[in-house]
Amino acid sequence: MASVTMTVNGKSVTATIDPRMLLSSFLREHLRLTGTHVGCDTSQCGACVVHVDGRAIKSCTALAISLDGAQVTTIEGLAADGHLHPMQEAFREHHGLQCGFCTPGMIMSAVDIVNRKGAMLDEHTIREELEGNICRCTGYHNIVKAVAAGAQAMAATKVAAE
Amino acid sequence: MYAFNYQRPKTVRQAAGLLAKAGGDGKLLAGGQTLLPTMKQRLASPAMLIDLNQVDGMSGIELKGRNLHIGAMTKHADVANSHVVKTAIPGLAALAEGIGDPAVRNRGTIGGSIANNDPAADYPAACLGLGATIVTNKRKIPADEFFTGMFDTALEEGEIVTKVIFPVPQKAAYEKFPNPASRYAMVGVFVGKKGSDVRVAVTGAGANGVFRLPEFEAALKTRFNAKSLDGLSVPADGLNGDIHASPEYRAHLIGVMAKRAVSKALGK
Ligand SMILES: Cc1cc2nc3c(=O)[nH]c(=O)nc-3n(C[C@H](O)[C@H](O)[C@H](O)COP(=O)(O)OP(=O)(O)OC[C@H]3O[C@@H](n4cnc5c(N)ncnc54)[C@H](O)[C@@H]3O)c2cc1C
Ligand code: FES
Ligand code: FES
Repeated sequence: MASVTMTVNGKSVTATIDPRMLLSSFLREHLRLTGTHVGCDTSQCGACVVHVDGRAIKSCTALAISLDGAQVTTIEGLAADGHLHPMQEAFREHHGLQCGFCTPGMIMSAVDIVNRKGAMLDEHTIREELEGNICRCTGYHNIVKAVAAGAQAMAATKVAAE
Repeated sequence: MYAFNYQRPKTVRQAAGLLAKAGGDGKLLAGGQTLLPTMKQRLASPAMLIDLNQVDGMSGIELKGRNLHIGAMTKHADVANSHVVKTAIPGLAALAEGIGDPAVRNRGTIGGSIANNDPAADYPAACLGLGATIVTNKRKIPADEFFTGMFDTALEEGEIVTKVIFPVPQKAAYEKFPNPASRYAMVGVFVGKKGSDVRVAVTGAGANGVFRLPEFEAALKTRFNAKSLDGLSVPADGLNGDIHASPEYRAHLIGVMAKRAVSKALGK
């Protein structure tokens, strides 16, 4: 057992864990943040994507112990003051989900794409950038629309805040 | 995943000391994008896991004279987005941008990729195609001697890759035919030209991992143009065959990817 401290959705957490514990298990089982989903557990599907120090990673493919000192944001950390994050709102508005299992990972990846590539995303870019996120329901079409709209909404919210 | 003793050294020397102490039962953890899935499947069960993520000075990109130095712990995304790499060796930045998906690129490292020497990995082709030097805590190994076979390298027990040095070429490009599901190379060809030296390195196809194509190199030395490769073919013997592609199809793809890479290197 070993001790790990990290900041999750703005709160500092310290825990004594087995070094084998994956970040996904740490979030879900230890912190009870079950919004982060585990679809494949083999690094393929992207349902488990969270942000670590501002970058999207697959939480099923990282040891929690290795992230001592990290800043982690999960899907639970996006909404502020009871309002959905613009990307979450865009998925709702554009029907970007059916069963919803892939959605937390899709949204965390989508926010990361906007952070890296800006608000004006064409369809090709979105599809390429979602390479690591698998959805077995939607056929992706509405996810792509939602990401494009969410990206612009994020930019608009940022302008409004300034 | 089986239990292991976790260690987080701060220096390369400490990491090497721990590896020696583990005596063959220790494994280095870099980005974990290959090692952790392997441990989950219980195909690897190291008694000691030595995490390189807090080791000082193992990541970073620097142009020194006509050589590009990339630290072993430098992540694929950082190579892909580096202005220095994009300017010095754009083909290398593009190669890094084509590895897996964004989340994998945010964790996976160049050192982990070449130490693993997956026969379908991208970086080994760049190392061989650019005539890179792999620097370890013990010595410098030319890429031509480093990749010794499928999942096999010249690394000895206790040896740690610390950086990779790429001579800056005049022209270079990489073309990959990705497996549509995994994005690993079904066939990938890296072409590099520096002075009169031309290198053509193939990944994804060889049953023994990455390899060079002397016939293609000779033809391109005479004239560096895709047309120079007309009529040249690669025998299917010794190439991989699996559900994704037969050895014959891979042999054909090598020719196609090589021509595309040459044209790309020429900016066509
Ligand atoms: C979904 C997915 C898609 C992928 N697609 C591609 C792709 O298209 N192309 C591609 O090339 N790769 C691909 N990869 C593999 C990826 O690039 C890995 O990041 C890489 O192969 C291993 O790097 P790592 O830093 O994650 O190493 P780790 O997994 O941490 O380590 C791999 C091995 O290297 C050893 N090692 C690590 N660092 C060192 C060092 N400095 N010195 C000595 N030994 C060391 C470790 O002990 C271990 O045995 C993919 C992976 C995933 C999960
Ligand atoms: S659960 Fe992590 S990638 Fe599928
Ligand atoms: S909505 Fe069901 S997996 Fe994507």
